[in-house]
Amino acid sequence: MYAYDDFDADFVRARVADFRKQVERRIDGSLTEDEFKPLRLMNGLYLQLHAYMLRVAIPYGTLNSRQMRQLAMIAERWDKGYGHFTTRQNIQFNWPKLKDVPDILDALADVEMHAIQTSGNCIRNVTADHFAGAAADEIEDPRPTAELLRQWSTDHPEFQFLPRKFKIAITGSPNDRAVTKAHDIGLRMVRNQAGEPGYEVIVGGGLGRTPMIGKTVRDFVPKADLLPYLEAILRVYNLAGRRDNKYKARIKILVHETGTEDITAMIEEAFAEQKALFQAPPADLVARIEAAFAPPDFDNTQSLAFDRAQADDPVFRSFVETNVTEHRNPAYGIVSVSLKPVGGTPGDASAEQMRVLADLAERYGHDELRVSHEQNIILPHVRKADIPAVHAALKEAGLATANIGLLSDIIACPGMDYCALATARSIPIAQEIATHFDALKLEREIGPLKIKISGCINACGHHHVGHIGILGLDKAGVENYQITLGGDGTETATIGERTGPGFAADDLIPAIEAIIDTYLDLRHTADETFLDAYRRLGAAPFKDAIYDDRHDSARAA
Amino acid sequence: MGRQKHPQIVTANDLFEGDVIYLTGEGGWTRIHGEAAVTHDADEAQRLLAIAQAQPGQIVGAYLADATIGADGRPQPVHFREAFRTRGPSNYFHGKQAEA
Repeated sequence: MYAYDDFDADFVRARVADFRKQVERRIDGSLTEDEFKPLRLMNGLYLQLHAYMLRVAIPYGTLNSRQMRQLAMIAERWDKGYGHFTTRQNIQFNWPKLKDVPDILDALADVEMHAIQTSGNCIRNVTADHFAGAAADEIEDPRPTAELLRQWSTDHPEFQFLPRKFKIAITGSPNDRAVTKAHDIGLRMVRNQAGEPGYEVIVGGGLGRTPMIGKTVRDFVPKADLLPYLEAILRVYNLAGRRDNKYKARIKILVHETGTEDITAMIEEAFAEQKALFQAPPADLVARIEAAFAPPDFDNTQSLAFDRAQADDPVFRSFVETNVTEHRNPAYGIVSVSLKPVGGTPGDASAEQMRVLADLAERYGHDELRVSHEQNIILPHVRKADIPAVHAALKEAGLATANIGLLSDIIACPGMDYCALATARSIPIAQEIATHFDALKLEREIGPLKIKISGCINACGHHHVGHIGILGLDKAGVENYQITLGGDGTETATIGERTGPGFAADDLIPAIEAIIDTYLDLRHTADETFLDAYRRLGAAPFKDAIYDDRHDSARAA
Repeated sequence: MGRQKHPQIVTANDLFEGDVIYLTGEGGWTRIHGEAAVTHDADEAQRLLAIAQAQPGQIVGAYLADATIGADGRPQPVHFREAFRTRGPSNYFHGKQAEA
């Protein structure tokens, strides 16, 4: 893992010291809220519905056990004993007190973490494939690039006041687990004809009120040109992006209004200028970053323990089916730990659970943990022979839910249970769906299914790219839920289609059940997934099912 | 301006704790919605809001929220958002409801 050098450490400490003084000045009345708000947001501190919320970056989703233990300590000492992992590979603490926040930030700095640029109109935490460095399908680990981007974008003087926030996601695999096509910039590693790795650059994707799939502006950018190329994109956006209307200020609108061809030409022109001027990062820095992400020292000893445990224990077998993914090293597996227990809050982990995860990473996982945008925790490098022991420990901690990629592995934003922007609740909907289908015992029969729920049009819950997406709105003072179908956040990215009028909360679960029953009735075989069936059948049979007589009330809503 | 459709109260978040607070008739603050000062009069509502806004060293984001008067004569929230603010998160029992 990347370790801070003196520059990084001093920079983060200096920001904490600045913020400590800013908090003091807010408390003693020297700063008004209008003056203080942009300063606290630059340091990840929001004021939400019931309390302050501190959003802490987990750069490219990578953590070690020491960092995870520190998050547990913070949750216990300054919060209510839990943290919430988000769809942008951050962790949010929902209950900090204003005066404690500088101490929390110092505690984060102790383990090389921070909350810088987790808010505001700047380049946000760079997210990455949560299987980076472990996935069998990967060309190369994209995290050295992600770390370089973190360093480049942190406090970049030109890009601190962009027209709007700016999100970059990166993957080193052809199978896109990082939703790159729904980011302001998505980077997908590809090889050129000479076999060298570089990046396909996708610009102008995004969800929110105007969902867009990003457009490829370059099929291949060599690694050495990536920073000046991105700088060219940001420069074009910074100058030409709209500032007159907050809702039209994201780069997706600029790309859409300008057209892919013209925006590409503008970027290329800026790149030609930029490339000549750009000072490449020093070779020793690049080498140091790359070395920091060198694969761990894998233990290739073969063992029958994994196969034996699968044969003997149906619970373990079921866990392996959903929660263990093929690793680049055949002696290893990638273990996904679900933070979606039936009836629980998607993405929440207690301090105790964080410590269990830290212990497991240290003992069995080369000291690495990942946070996925799907709000789960990954142990990316576990020897297959150790997976039965990891599973046993997870069971003990209430962390062995075997549902990754299935119906109850739901993304849900905090919604109106926490968020000041929300128009309706999301978490209780996730809880109800998971509980309802758990009782029916249909989850495995249904197979791969991604349900994603947002509590407002800003779409933090990625509902547009859910196979089934749910958007909570306030309809004349009552929570109301719109459904979208057929969304996809992978390399075949698609924005879901709205079925029609929304549903009151009580009518939503029957509607979801009707959609799933329709799928089960109409699928060709058990191997045809929900998404495949939807693509073959179109929306009509699903709409018929949810807007038939049983759901007349929905029409009126 | 006269009488409004709903009575109103003034609510905000506490600067230090961040939690939900309501303006009382004495110009102070309470954590309990039922103890909030209520008015039917639009001018009076603006006067109460001004009292709140004059305390930037204690509170953040004061605004007027609609209320109804319950059988006990105390204000109750109208909108579901305001109802959640009186209790805390609904995903499980914690926050304000657990501290009452």
